[in-house]
Amino acid sequence: MGKKGITDKVAVIGMGCTRFAEHWDKSVDDLLVEAAYEAFADAGIEPSDVEAAWLGTMISGYAGITLSGPLKTQFIPVTRVENMCATGSEAFRNACYAVASGAYDIVLAIGVEKLKDSGFSGLNAPKPANDGTVPNISAPASFSFLAPAYYEKYGLSNEQGREVLSRIAWKNHYNGSLNPKAQYRNEVPMEKITKSPMVAALLGIMDCSGVADGAAAAIIVRTEDAHKYKKDPMYVKALSIAAGPGDGRLRQDYDFTTIKENVAAAAAAYAQAGIKNPRKEIDMAEVHDCFTPTELVIYEDLGFSERGHGWQDVLNGVFELDGELPVNPDGGLKSFGHPIGASGLRMLYEMYLQFQGKAGKRQLDNPKIGLTHNLGGTPMQCVSFISIVGKEIS
Amino acid sequence: MKGIISYGAYIPYNRLQRKKIGDFFNKPVFGGVKAVAGYDEDSVSMGVEAAIDCLQRMEHEKVDSIYFATVSASYREKGSIPTIAAALNLPNTIRGIEASTSLRSGTSAILAANETENTLVIASDSRTGAPTGQNEQWFGDGAASFLIGSGEDVIAHIIDSGTVQGEVITSWRSQSDPFTQNWEERLGSTVFLEQVKSNIVPFLEKNDVTADAIAKVMISGPGTRAHTAAARALGFKNEQIQDPLFDKVGAAGNAHAPMMIVSALEAAHPGDYLLTINFSEGLDFILFKVTAAIEQLPARKGVNGYLKIHSDKIAYSDYLKWRELIVTEPPRRPDIERPSAPALYRGYNQNLSFTGSKCRSCGIPQFPKQRVCVQCQQKDEMEDYRFVGQSAKVTTFTLDYLAASPAPPMIVAVIDFVNGGRIICEVTDCDPKEMKIGMNVEMTFRRLYEAGGINNYFWKARPIRQKESS
Repeated sequence: MGKKGITDKVAVIGMGCTRFAEHWDKSVDDLLVEAAYEAFADAGIEPSDVEAAWLGTMISGYAGITLSGPLKTQFIPVTRVENMCATGSEAFRNACYAVASGAYDIVLAIGVEKLKDSGFSGLNAPKPANDGTVPNISAPASFSFLAPAYYEKYGLSNEQGREVLSRIAWKNHYNGSLNPKAQYRNEVPMEKITKSPMVAALLGIMDCSGVADGAAAAIIVRTEDAHKYKKDPMYVKALSIAAGPGDGRLRQDYDFTTIKENVAAAAAAYAQAGIKNPRKEIDMAEVHDCFTPTELVIYEDLGFSERGHGWQDVLNGVFELDGELPVNPDGGLKSFGHPIGASGLRMLYEMYLQFQGKAGKRQLDNPKIGLTHNLGGTPMQCVSFISIVGKEIS
Repeated sequence: MKGIISYGAYIPYNRLQRKKIGDFFNKPVFGGVKAVAGYDEDSVSMGVEAAIDCLQRMEHEKVDSIYFATVSASYREKGSIPTIAAALNLPNTIRGIEASTSLRSGTSAILAANETENTLVIASDSRTGAPTGQNEQWFGDGAASFLIGSGEDVIAHIIDSGTVQGEVITSWRSQSDPFTQNWEERLGSTVFLEQVKSNIVPFLEKNDVTADAIAKVMISGPGTRAHTAAARALGFKNEQIQDPLFDKVGAAGNAHAPMMIVSALEAAHPGDYLLTINFSEGLDFILFKVTAAIEQLPARKGVNGYLKIHSDKIAYSDYLKWRELIVTEPPRRPDIERPSAPALYRGYNQNLSFTGSKCRSCGIPQFPKQRVCVQCQQKDEMEDYRFVGQSAKVTTFTLDYLAASPAPPMIVAVIDFVNGGRIICEVTDCDPKEMKIGMNVEMTFRRLYEAGGINNYFWKARPIRQKESS
């Protein structure tokens, strides 16, 4: 699948990201304008320079007019993209391909979500009319299937597993405490995470990502044009997305200790970027830590850890800021917050800041290759996106 | 000669200790427990379970008609038999009658079963008495089912029967009444006793049978004591009186007399005479003679089995909530949307009978039905495959504290069938603490929810707690 890719053909020359938060005082329009104009200013372009745009949102608006209205773009093409929680990444992927094709020279990819206006906790997406026989379980419940299956397969007691999950949440909160744009900017003690109120089997409220409003944006051009705008652009090495056939719902050989879509997306992305040993070759990653067990399984699916050993790597601090492969340096979904359509672009925003040395207190030591991973759906069936981005042309 | 070919029963898992009602209202109450239909059960789902117990592994093509007797139908206007027939995977040419206002319909259905056909009789009820009232304590929920027909397989011949109509107001509920009302119990018991004396005595004489020749008498009368007085008046001794299950189940409406018949058959021997008398504005009475075929009847749960499968942890407040007798704050989740009628229509064959598909090419069973095989990707190489009755195990599970459920947390599990195939579905009749990977489960027919006045029936998993009693 898609092993050719567009390595180093396009580059990001400007980015913007609102703070992710409960923005009671800001509308979808406000968030879009803030993120887009921050990106325009960062790239040093005028809004009218943008030739086409891709807008990612899951439930906060329909069609391209959701963006062209607030920005007053002048009759340029705007495509609204939806791929569940991978929506923001999907807007970015399609924008990159359009530039690489030569159809446009300069485009905008932007993602937005307003979750806090519904009055319900978490994401409550409307469903197509259906026969109502599939259990309507919450998002944490569907990801909580992973924890008992993982513990059972690798012989962890609930207490051992709890420590691993708490450590992941603790790490992401610590990283977020160093990030002025994160939803939650405080460290959370291990004990508080471990004792947080239950939301689903083995998972407490502190195992869940933050429910937030926010927007993030990127300006993309072809690599040969990048230095006209920016001395330190971010280069796109690989883009992949895998949509699952539903094996987890239908096949007994799916055992809930992996997410097959992750494995497929990683294989395609690594082939495009020529990565053989992800743990060694990748300097940092932003991954889809919607719930703590998801992040644990991702380590193994993406080849950061050997199968069955991700939990030990967690306890050894491998993925912490000063570890061998820092994961979610900006705080991740857990601490930065998860406005669905914006999250994929927010992950890229952290890569961009880290490459430019602008990540403040959480700055890593000269990272050159980064990975973002963004997942939409459930462990049983989802779309899984991976990008590999770099500071330099290979 | 016509008779009972097979029987089955169902008693809901939850039993409410009557003393909890007394504790709540600070008043004296009856002893024992009442069987309480779960929030996901009603007369239709319980009836289906009793019929599954009755039919076991019989060839369903042999059933020609269904009589469904209940005073607690899930709709005031809409049939239940199409749901029941589909859930049981019976031929769609089956005829049916729903008897839904008389408490005598259960026994009347047995009597009305056509001589030349095999009729499936299902009697099921879940009545709600007003809080603090005697009915609340006395009523219990349950179902019984019989296959009525003729031939060598008959386990209990209907030797003779009779009916007498005797108008009297004893208990009633109008279209607008939320609860059953009663006249003073002594009126009903006096009228009942008179009807028994004037009808049963000549009935027994006509059949040349005396009380001492009858193994068991199963009497469903008005109130809690009339059955004993009637039995004594007919010359029966205490040990001949079938336990009316008041302490263990409660009065299960139309299913009451049928459940007593099931109980009696569970202990019966070839050659035994059994007499049933069922009161409600008159009498139905049936004299059975048990045949040698009863010894060949396959094992099943029946009343004995379901009496043993129970939990009495249910609180009185749970019961009040499930029956919507108290107003509670809704969860902070969107309301459950009513299911789409066209989507339900397309899925009835699949969802009610729990029929998936099996790939002819690679042999993998799949639910729901697929066009393209998940294993080998062959298109349209599927044949229907029914999962009901197959054993299964829990592969992983969750307890969802956020999902809207009348009994949170909602337990949802990944269920793998021993012969292949998987479903992710709710688990019911289970304490969250019992959930374990590898736990054995079986499928049970339930009402998932009611939304927009539509009852959505489907299957859930329940722990296998006990093998059939025989």
